Amino acid sequence: MREATRSADEAGMFAAGVRLGLDHLKLGMWLFLASEVMFFGGLISAFMHFKVNNPSPESSLLDVVLVGLNTFVLLTSSLTVVLGLAAIQRGDRRGLIGYLTATILLGTAFLVGQGNEFATLYRHGITLSSSLFGSSFFTLTGFHGLHVLVGICWALSTLVKALRAGYSQGSYLGVEVFGLYWHFVDIVWIILFTLIYLI
Amino acid sequence: MSMSTEAVTPGRGWRRYFTWNTDHKVIGVQYLVTTFCFFLIGGLLAMLVRAELAQPGPDFLNGTEFNRFLTNHGSVMLFLWIIPVLAGFGNYLVPLMIGARDMAFPNMNALSFWLIPPAGLIMLASFFVGAAEAGWTAYAPLSIQTPVGQTLWAVSVIILGTSSLLGAVNFVTTVFTMRAEGMTFWRLPLFVWGMLATSLLVLLATPVLTAGLVLIAMDRMAGTLFFSASNGGDPILWQNMFWFYSHPAVYIMVLPAMGIVSEVYPVFSRKPIFGYKAIAMSSMAISILGLTVWAHHMFTSGMDPRLRIPYMISSMIIAVPTGIKIFSWLATIWDGKIRFTTPMLFALGFISMFLIGGITGIFLAAIPIDVHVHDTYFVVAHLHFVLFGGSVSAVYAGLYYWFPKITGRMYDERLGKVHFVANFVGTNLTYLPMFLAGLLGMPRRVSDYSPEFTTLNLLATLGAFLLGTSALPFIYNAVVSWVSGPKAAANPWRALTLEWQTDSPPPAENFHQPPVVNSGPYDYGQPMGVSGQAQAVPAVGD
Repeated sequence: MREATRSADEAGMFAAGVRLGLDHLKLGMWLFLASEVMFFGGLISAFMHFKVNNPSPESSLLDVVLVGLNTFVLLTSSLTVVLGLAAIQRGDRRGLIGYLTATILLGTAFLVGQGNEFATLYRHGITLSSSLFGSSFFTLTGFHGLHVLVGICWALSTLVKALRAGYSQGSYLGVEVFGLYWHFVDIVWIILFTLIYLI
Repeated sequence: MSMSTEAVTPGRGWRRYFTWNTDHKVIGVQYLVTTFCFFLIGGLLAMLVRAELAQPGPDFLNGTEFNRFLTNHGSVMLFLWIIPVLAGFGNYLVPLMIGARDMAFPNMNALSFWLIPPAGLIMLASFFVGAAEAGWTAYAPLSIQTPVGQTLWAVSVIILGTSSLLGAVNFVTTVFTMRAEGMTFWRLPLFVWGMLATSLLVLLATPVLTAGLVLIAMDRMAGTLFFSASNGGDPILWQNMFWFYSHPAVYIMVLPAMGIVSEVYPVFSRKPIFGYKAIAMSSMAISILGLTVWAHHMFTSGMDPRLRIPYMISSMIIAVPTGIKIFSWLATIWDGKIRFTTPMLFALGFISMFLIGGITGIFLAAIPIDVHVHDTYFVVAHLHFVLFGGSVSAVYAGLYYWFPKITGRMYDERLGKVHFVANFVGTNLTYLPMFLAGLLGMPRRVSDYSPEFTTLNLLATLGAFLLGTSALPFIYNAVVSWVSGPKAAANPWRALTLEWQTDSPPPAENFHQPPVVNSGPYDYGQPMGVSGQAQAVPAVGD
């Protein structure tokens, strides 16, 4: 169905992928995400190394309830991406626009929540250079926050394209690929929330 | 140099090599020429280091200057030459070899290349502000205490890692989705298998180095404490993150090289490759096993001694897939109708010198030997036999082998042989004495040494200058042949892989009509061989 809307030329170029059921854009995104898993794997390893070997009393200052609420906000944004994709697959362009807007708002709310958490910790004297906990906590959650920020920018550009009628019932690959990235960023947060706040 | 070699591409403007061009062939040439310039810079730095080491005692570099030259020699050679030059071959060849018109993401491909020159300039510009001096391994805590050049170094390596990552995404996607009709996975040329295995490693290992470099940069700029031992930080953490990438990086630097020689042996032996699937799968095995061996670099770091044995075993197991390749290559040339052309000579040089590097690698994986020779010249000799005797020989083999395809002109065979002999003698003269010096206990990375090592060091220095000089006949040959060499046929080597079944140089979008493949890449002496593939492209020269 999607191939129908692309030029026959391009379908011919990627014939081997079509035979395997692989879309080259989605495959490229999955490969990039595999490398992102390893990037966060490196940062998480560093964090866990210090958490296990240099336990810090400062970690008790973390507000599990407030961050739990923030986690709920971010997870909801994944739901809105799925609903947006389902909407455009039905041909409901207004639905896509609405759900993308919701995603952007929820993502922004998450970043505001994270900023608030950082500010509170700073007031308690926990900074990047105050202790190993501060170093590894802010680096790890900060890089995740940066990924959310990139995701919001990407969502904005997807929204602009949706407003210009760039997607339709037969052509929604851009939404799908954005969704892969956004869900990945959410999954990383689930792991970070568990490792940093719950255990 | 780059100007003059590029100015003469027949029939088409040289200016396109200085632009954002999305043709994979242009990008491939951009990679090859740019990285060769960095190779010359890295070589010059090496000759300065060797000149200082020709005699004991300080001659003309003080300790800090020596460390800076040495650090940048290693960093330029690894991050700006050997890794990207192989990606350059991949860019030029992978789409041609699988019968595609271009890479899957042409703009991202151009980006991969255009990240390299600025990253190289950042690394070299650090000489003006106090260049990196913590070695190419940038061990903490030294690397968080040295001048600001070390920050530039980290930024440069992060950019180069990103370039390499984008390239890997592109290669894997291209091979999976853009193969020509009939080009099944078991008909992929072995160079393409090498690029696949390498790209897998780049995707999984490079991001961990990036994470480690981010932590170094944070320690240096944002005041974090990750590697600062005096504040409870852990320098060994850096070693783990660094080697998690940098050991697999050795395979990133050698698997495509093995792919290149796997193309050369069957063509110049006129025989089907021996053990095609074994060679292809051993590349994948090396990739996967390669991710499990990194701590063999850290046997003396104070790591948990119980972990040393598993790392020793996994490191030694790598010898099995490597041995499979070497025996398959030997069986390929065995009883063949061998033509000793320059690419074949370099490929044979590869096998002999890589073998020395590989076997001494097994020595180093053995804990008792490693503890004895750790951080001596034995290690330096080992890695240079792998990377110079091995990878660089294969790169030269590839440059000569595909020169007629890329330029449409023939190189001078006599000059090529002069280059080979000088290179082969130079390599062995430089690095063999280092094994001896290392076994006798000479530490590496020090600008001075005890007088008993003088003879060995003088030999190594003479070898290094011979090596440096040996690049001259190559450069002359490449430039003059590109300008005025005899026109090359489409398929001067009578090879069967797809890149030879189109014009030299190939037209835009590579093939006059989409190729259809109905035989393997090395089916020499089999009736379906040439006719099967040539059917797809009627305009075969030769």
